[in-house]
Amino acid sequence: MRMFSRTLKMAFHALRNNVMRAALTTLGIVIGVAAVITMVEIGNGAKVAIQRTMVSMGANTLVILPGAITTAGVNNGAGTMMTLTPQDKDAILKECSSVIWAAPIVRARAQVVYGNRNWVPTYVYGTTPQFLDIRDWTEMTEGEAFTEHEVLNSSKVCLVGQTIVREVFAGQSPIGKHVRIRNVDFKVIGVLSKKGANLMGMDQDDIVLAPWTTVKYRVVASALSGGNQSSTSNASTSEVNTLNMIYPELQQNLYYVPTATELTDTTQQMRFPNVDQILTAAPSADQVAPAIQQISSLLRQRHRLRNTDPDDFSVRDMTEITKTMSSTAEMMTKLLLCVAMISLVVGGIGIMNIMLVSVTERTREIGLRMAVGAEPGDILRHFLTEAVILCLLGGTMGIIIGRGSSFVVSMVLRWPTAVSVGAILSAVFVSASVGIAFGFYPAYKASRLDPIEALRYE
Amino acid sequence: MEFIELHDICKTYHLGELDLPVLRGVSQQVAQSEFVALMGVSGSGKSTLMNIMGCLDHPTSGEYWLDGREISRLTAKERARLRNRMIGFVFQSFNLLPRMTAFENVVMPLMYSRDNLTERDMEQRAAELIEKVGLSGRLHHRPSQLSGGEQQRVAIARSLIGRPQVLFADEPTGNLDSRTSEEILDLFQQLNHTDRITLIMVTHDPGVAQYAQRIIRIRDGLIDSGATPSRPGDAP
Repeated sequence: MRMFSRTLKMAFHALRNNVMRAALTTLGIVIGVAAVITMVEIGNGAKVAIQRTMVSMGANTLVILPGAITTAGVNNGAGTMMTLTPQDKDAILKECSSVIWAAPIVRARAQVVYGNRNWVPTYVYGTTPQFLDIRDWTEMTEGEAFTEHEVLNSSKVCLVGQTIVREVFAGQSPIGKHVRIRNVDFKVIGVLSKKGANLMGMDQDDIVLAPWTTVKYRVVASALSGGNQSSTSNASTSEVNTLNMIYPELQQNLYYVPTATELTDTTQQMRFPNVDQILTAAPSADQVAPAIQQISSLLRQRHRLRNTDPDDFSVRDMTEITKTMSSTAEMMTKLLLCVAMISLVVGGIGIMNIMLVSVTERTREIGLRMAVGAEPGDILRHFLTEAVILCLLGGTMGIIIGRGSSFVVSMVLRWPTAVSVGAILSAVFVSASVGIAFGFYPAYKASRLDPIEALRYE
Repeated sequence: MEFIELHDICKTYHLGELDLPVLRGVSQQVAQSEFVALMGVSGSGKSTLMNIMGCLDHPTSGEYWLDGREISRLTAKERARLRNRMIGFVFQSFNLLPRMTAFENVVMPLMYSRDNLTERDMEQRAAELIEKVGLSGRLHHRPSQLSGGEQQRVAIARSLIGRPQVLFADEPTGNLDSRTSEEILDLFQQLNHTDRITLIMVTHDPGVAQYAQRIIRIRDGLIDSGATPSRPGDAP
């Protein structure tokens, strides 16, 4: 310990003797570390910004779909079972800690009529106001969103997208106007902001949003059909079955009717009202996995499924988007790492260069120190300590300058930056390792000097 | 057994293909507390012999016993420890560290001591030695602020700080005028008499060699003769 403090003292003494040179030597490290920290902090800020953008694209959203019904070996696809209820949504919101928003969705495919114009939107959704939070769509171009109160009242109000404004209202402001959807009269109270096409190329602005209760009970008005237009009910088939008119005696079914045994095999749970899907959102993209876990176990419990039973629902996440996001973030991190490495290596070579000069310049001193009893190890330690001190001082300076410049960047350019403790710690660690790595060769060279030769050196 | 014993010491330098023998079988003994002058013209091998005796170098062949230990085969590290503990050096060009004060220069060898001295011990020792060599008022002067004689005194104080048993002086008066040379040589004699330190001095000046009890002459890597001169200090 005493040896160590002596070595430190000697190293500081030697550096003090040549302050200007020491300062210039560390400049490389100072700039390197400052660059690393600024880069990482700006990069982190950019990452946060990208994450925010990705979230608006729906990276943190989860779609819960009811399970599939299988009739005679034919799987009718997701959404044919009616297992999801609005109460499920309430329970998810209350009990899953990784879910911040949840909204039920009731779908309908219907014609919208206004005056002499009509249009069939891609989406007619019945939902709650939280749908807008989940889709990051709370900003309205005009008017305002409907409220929870209007959902409870099943008020006949709706929000329309930009495409509807263009096609149905010919670009006029639709606020306060009344449209008919399947002969139900809706008052337009808001216009959604423009969102454009989604990743699949579907126009997201071609949408009408209304309280789910209204869509469910007034528009779709059929608990059994579940509002899912693709699952055709037997009732409607018999209406159009013209065979009945020709052969009234014949009980003819166009479609396969499950037998009693088959029906008991696939129990159709009739807990109403059901919804077509539940849209939920996790607070951030990395909370998506725990959210899936929590939702699955909660729904299994609520639906009273035994351990051996398969899920009667499915949870979908936006794998494509999250993948893009994580690969973007990873690429940025790697890029920054490359830049950081280059500047630190350059700084390290600067240190090595100056230490080599210093060893040559102090050959006589080294010879003398060896003559009076310094072991090769002492000399090695001495020069290594000098290099590490230089690097650590440079690292400290670099941290201060890096923090300062990232602060300036965030103030002047208004870029988001985020303080990175990891970057600061690794900068200190890396600058110390650079000191050891690039200080070792000169120090080793010094320790291998022959005292006789060194003393004679001019 | 004597304090220093050299048995058939040979030293050959290899300059590429060429072998250059510098010492060709030197056998010599030096008693404890003896004051010996090593004389010879330049190139005779006297500096090489001193380096070997001062444990800065090891011989190509032969045995070197110092204080009852055979040390010609020690590693660089072991020799460094031995130098720190037992041996002091005084050089022709003083070899003081220019950025340090006289005091710091004197203390410097203790930085490498394994004796675990406290700061206070070291300072006390240094102060005593500086007083002994007669430089009490110059503790915090840099070498550039001291005269040649004063610098050599600092160097002597530095060589004594580890309490060595043997002191090697390589042309200690080579850079000094005759009056300061006398003062330095008197100081050596005083150290030899009162502190019983073994002194081995390399010189080519017969006048300087007269201060020693015994002169060893070296010519072409061999001992020439071992005559004992009359010491001017002893003469009535």
